[in-house]
Amino acid sequence: MSDQTIPVSGSLQAAYPQRGTMLEWLHGWIVTVDHKKLGILYITYALFFLLVGGVEAMLIRIQLMAPHNHVISPEMYDELFTMHGTTMVFLVGMPILFGFANYLVPIMIGARDMAFPRLNAFSFWLTAFGGLLLYYSFLGGFGLYGMGNAPDVGWFAYAPLTGKVFSPGHNVDYWALALIVSGFGTVGTAINIIATTVSLRCKGMTFFRMPLFVWILLVVSALTLVTITPLTAAQVMLLLDRYLGAHFFDAQAGGSPMLWIHFFWIFGHPEVYVLVLPAFAIANEVIPVFSRKAIFGYPAMVAASVGIGFTSLAVWAHHMFTVGMSSAGNSFFVISTMVVGIFTGIKVFNWLATMWGGSITFSTPMLFCTGFLFQFLIAGLTGIMLAVAPWDWQLHNSYFLIAHFHYALVGAIIMCIFAGFYYWFPKATGRMMSETLGKWHFWVFVIGFHMTFDTMHFVGLLGMPRSIYTYEPNRGWDTLNLIISIGAFVQAVGVLIFVWNLVHSYVRGKLAGPDPWDAWTLEWATPSPPPSYNFVVEPEVRSRRPLWDIKHPNDPDWKYEQ
Amino acid sequence: MSDVPIFAHEPWILPARGRVAMWSLIVAESAIFSLFVVAYIYYMGRDQFGPTPSVLDRPILNTVCLLSSSLTIWIAERAIEQGRMRRFAIFWAITILLGLKFLIGTITEFRTLINRDGLTIDANLFGTTFYSLVGLHATHVLVGLVGLSLIMAFTLFGKVNRSHAERIQVFSMYWHFVDAVWVVVFTVVYIVGK
Repeated sequence: MSDQTIPVSGSLQAAYPQRGTMLEWLHGWIVTVDHKKLGILYITYALFFLLVGGVEAMLIRIQLMAPHNHVISPEMYDELFTMHGTTMVFLVGMPILFGFANYLVPIMIGARDMAFPRLNAFSFWLTAFGGLLLYYSFLGGFGLYGMGNAPDVGWFAYAPLTGKVFSPGHNVDYWALALIVSGFGTVGTAINIIATTVSLRCKGMTFFRMPLFVWILLVVSALTLVTITPLTAAQVMLLLDRYLGAHFFDAQAGGSPMLWIHFFWIFGHPEVYVLVLPAFAIANEVIPVFSRKAIFGYPAMVAASVGIGFTSLAVWAHHMFTVGMSSAGNSFFVISTMVVGIFTGIKVFNWLATMWGGSITFSTPMLFCTGFLFQFLIAGLTGIMLAVAPWDWQLHNSYFLIAHFHYALVGAIIMCIFAGFYYWFPKATGRMMSETLGKWHFWVFVIGFHMTFDTMHFVGLLGMPRSIYTYEPNRGWDTLNLIISIGAFVQAVGVLIFVWNLVHSYVRGKLAGPDPWDAWTLEWATPSPPPSYNFVVEPEVRSRRPLWDIKHPNDPDWKYEQ
Repeated sequence: MSDVPIFAHEPWILPARGRVAMWSLIVAESAIFSLFVVAYIYYMGRDQFGPTPSVLDRPILNTVCLLSSSLTIWIAERAIEQGRMRRFAIFWAITILLGLKFLIGTITEFRTLINRDGLTIDANLFGTTFYSLVGLHATHVLVGLVGLSLIMAFTLFGKVNRSHAERIQVFSMYWHFVDAVWVVVFTVVYIVGK
């Protein structure tokens, strides 16, 4: 029904304001409190660090390409894998998802901005300066004189290595302080998203008419409140240990490094779901639109998201089977971890059922979501393998584990983020991304992904541990590592195609119009890009697919829902 | 379903954003406190040397002050809702004084423990966990006092009126939370742990 016109609120004059000088333009971005601009700032910031973290991964892979390689020094290598992990989780994963949330949550629920626009800007700048502080570690302290002062203790920073005795200098301090600062920003944004979702929904937008994207971001934000804060608390304890001589994690004075491991994973595991749930959120929007069907099992999807949220708080110690817990403890965490598989299974079946019988178009966003389904399934299956304690004893901290979580982080999250880019780029910029380049991006990236991360499973099964600087030849790891590294380069080429597509389409892309995908949620009822106030008149909603109702007045959804 | 929109005659009322945000902040803060409480309980009685919790005196007067400040701030909340600004100012001021008494009491307690008993943060696990947990709470009292005093200053300059009742109540939620946390801290440190 794309021949029908959609009521577009706001005029194009408002969408394309007069261009001022460069300084005015810059000033506008820095002082902005508009949720859409802040969303774009978040995403741009995260994209920049995605490239930085990617370069770090490349350097790691060059080092591991062949046995007895010495391309970089061992000290540098430690810094690289620490910074790669920290960057990808805190400076890429969280900001990019909060960027999407910032841009989309208010507009999807028919609001004009977030509940607290200034808090929103404040949170973004905290996050941004947290990232800059972390990277300043390469220069600050003794950095310029020695090998650099960057954190080198692993992204999980296990005690007692982080104590003043074993980590003199300021590397651990940079890690802790930067993450405390960006953590405050994260909590601020999470509070903002919750308040927006609960208090600013437009008329008729009941909880069970909200798009699933908004539902999931509500769950994620609630989860963030109790996820990031334990890390902040533990990092405060760590700094007390390092600066005031406290003994929280100091084994010499009776303190317990075990406590740090527990505290870290009480943060660390829910964090995985904070990252992956927004990826599901993107899939929930993309898959129905390109299957031309309403999402299958909306209430089950909501229930599964909430279920994942709660369950994720009780699974942290599956990262700790090898530290020697009681068998009762082990059994509890084996079972609770497997329960997560039930909820994610519900989701996978609902996505499949949504696609089933639909008239699917494999545009680039849908391609990425389809890839996501396959890869997420495999990540889930290796996850269940690792949840079995004896299997984990064998393969803990091997490359099998690395392969598993990269399958989830890259194969699921990054794939969905790419899908989100291709899907919402026309809304944010007014121009379509190139489909040809998009298909190249997809295929090159997916081939590289499978070369790297499928092979990592095997090298892990053959016993290669994580975080090692180099290895002996003739262990059967040589060829496999070479394939992994080549795959990494192929992925890098894929990402560069993507970046080129972004830049090229921003300038040359064909004009998108308000609703290029013939979609159903409220953001497509605004011009592309939307004016700063989003909607001239507050919309009223009668069903989960308000634009469907408008486009099909004879067959609206609200006749069938409830 | 009829063809009439079901909400046509219903008012569309959603929870106030300030309250939702403050509840969220309280959830986040509770998580931070939980970790410090867990650390305190985990290390309880594990010390091989140094002062033990038996050196603590129960700060009863302090506790009474802080808990009654919850009552006085509640009276102030009711007063501003009814537009009785004088009554609001008086009870707001009493709340500040009670909070200040608590903070001074904590500082005195710390001084005594350091000078009399030699209990410092690096003395042993008890010192580490005691000062960080009670200190974390005292920090929250301090932040609350800064907020209370700012509102007091605005009140004295006549900038606060009945229309601010909602905001005053949202801020007061934070103060009630700080009081409620003290109940937990007091129970763990001065009753269970002693």
